[in-house]
Amino acid sequence: MIGLGFVYLVAGLMFAGFAVASAGDRANPRRAANAVFWGLFALSFLAGDRLGDLANGVLVIVMVLIAGLGGLGQGRPPTTSAEQRRASSERLGVRLLVPALAIPLVTLVGVLGLTRLQIDGAPLIDASHATLVALTLGAVVAVALGTLLLRQPPSAAAHEGRRLMDTVGWAALLPQMLASLGMVFALAGVGPVIADLADRLAIGGPYTSVAAYCLGMALFTMIMGNAFAAFPVMTAGIGLPLVVQANGGDPVAMSAIGMLSGFCGTLMTPMAANFNLVPAALLELRDRHAVIKAQLPTALALLAFNIVLMAVVVYR
Amino acid sequence: MLVLSGIVVVIVGFAARINALLVIVVAALLTGLAAGLNIVEVIAALGKAFNDSRYISVVWLILPAIGLLERAGLQERARALVARLQSATTGRLLMLYFALRQITAALGLTSLGGHAQMVRPLIAPMAEAAAESRLRALPDDWRQRIRAQAAAVDNIALFFGEDIFIAIGSILLIVGFLAGNGIRVAPLALALWAIPSAVAAALIHGVRLRRFDRRLSRALSVPEVLTGGLK
Repeated sequence: MIGLGFVYLVAGLMFAGFAVASAGDRANPRRAANAVFWGLFALSFLAGDRLGDLANGVLVIVMVLIAGLGGLGQGRPPTTSAEQRRASSERLGVRLLVPALAIPLVTLVGVLGLTRLQIDGAPLIDASHATLVALTLGAVVAVALGTLLLRQPPSAAAHEGRRLMDTVGWAALLPQMLASLGMVFALAGVGPVIADLADRLAIGGPYTSVAAYCLGMALFTMIMGNAFAAFPVMTAGIGLPLVVQANGGDPVAMSAIGMLSGFCGTLMTPMAANFNLVPAALLELRDRHAVIKAQLPTALALLAFNIVLMAVVVYR
Repeated sequence: MLVLSGIVVVIVGFAARINALLVIVVAALLTGLAAGLNIVEVIAALGKAFNDSRYISVVWLILPAIGLLERAGLQERARALVARLQSATTGRLLMLYFALRQITAALGLTSLGGHAQMVRPLIAPMAEAAAESRLRALPDDWRQRIRAQAAAVDNIALFFGEDIFIAIGSILLIVGFLAGNGIRVAPLALALWAIPSAVAAALIHGVRLRRFDRRLSRALSVPEVLTGGLK
């Protein structure tokens, strides 16, 4: 069965490739830092389950110290010039779009189709990780198509991957680290403490409860970086006791609109790194909060809309 | 109350612009210690959490393919496609992507878009090209603003589209949480309540993109006096 093991093997080999190539890149003054950073990430993917919790913890801390104290450098892998790209784009024409569209297409077919395939009664793909397996297949197919159809050198994919990876830099680790922080918070019992605090601060009227719940969802989402972490805390702390039990609100409309209020918070926080900080790095923006600033007016307007919507429909 | 110290570290650390990875590790260690774990247990807990969250970083597998296509001129191709469309403006193009992203997300196809897969290789270059073809030279600060808008469109359309699909994570989380509290709900009932906000998101952001278009053309149009009326 193809599952997470396969996905992590491919990812581990890719990061190991970045580490080896970084080590030999004399154009990068911090090549040693880059090599150790990506090498440890590769180790985590290839052997994380065998290292044990403590060794994994030490691995994380070493990676963070490398990124946080000295920082990573930018390698200079061989690539094409702007002039060459223009010429290549003229020559290849629409053929260029084929591998690009193969990524979503293979992912889609993988998620919808491959999960049904069976070999000797056992599923070919682990259904619970179908999206990740399909995404991995899509990436591999796109590299193969790109290399063959567009006649690129075989080593180009590895060089180009490292070029983009160095553009993103240590921010690449942020989403995974924030998820880990959320798990440590849960382990330490942060949720119940917040719920208790929210309970004591909230006011009990029907409309103030709605406002407190929606604003609480947005605010706590901003702190935690995702609405999923905020939802159980805020709904148990304010939503169910005040909006539903004390004022007779409809739990269905409340939960659905409450979650969307949380999404407004996601648009406004650097803690939602994968949505807000990573694209800023990926698009090479000087201001790493530029995406948040572009989203802020829409997020605030939508938050206001959701509060009013909930106030209108939840007590009907 | 001491276990909240981690949250304080996060807020202060992000506000002070200290390296975010360092802030997160300090917050995690402090929270664990405040909850009564010893330092070895805290590091192990962090290590276990990190190992269990590896699936999140799998998205970077896409980079070699995207880089390879950039090497072969994909961004230039995307620019050329848009430059031929006379009626394409940055705002209209981003609104079209907004609609496509929102509709496909509402059908559960959330992996069709994304910053690495779509925005960097295709949408951002197209949005820049739309401005360039109509308005000539594009100053760097406007190029940055257009890129940020492209990333914002992907996020907003995704967030306010995906909840219409009944099998998305957030809907399943709500169903599970309410069931745990003795309230049984059908996913479809929740998904229906996502529609008003989805429409509002499209309207609000559509208006903002139109205004962005206007500001863009005002900022970039060269007065005819200076060009001698030449087109």
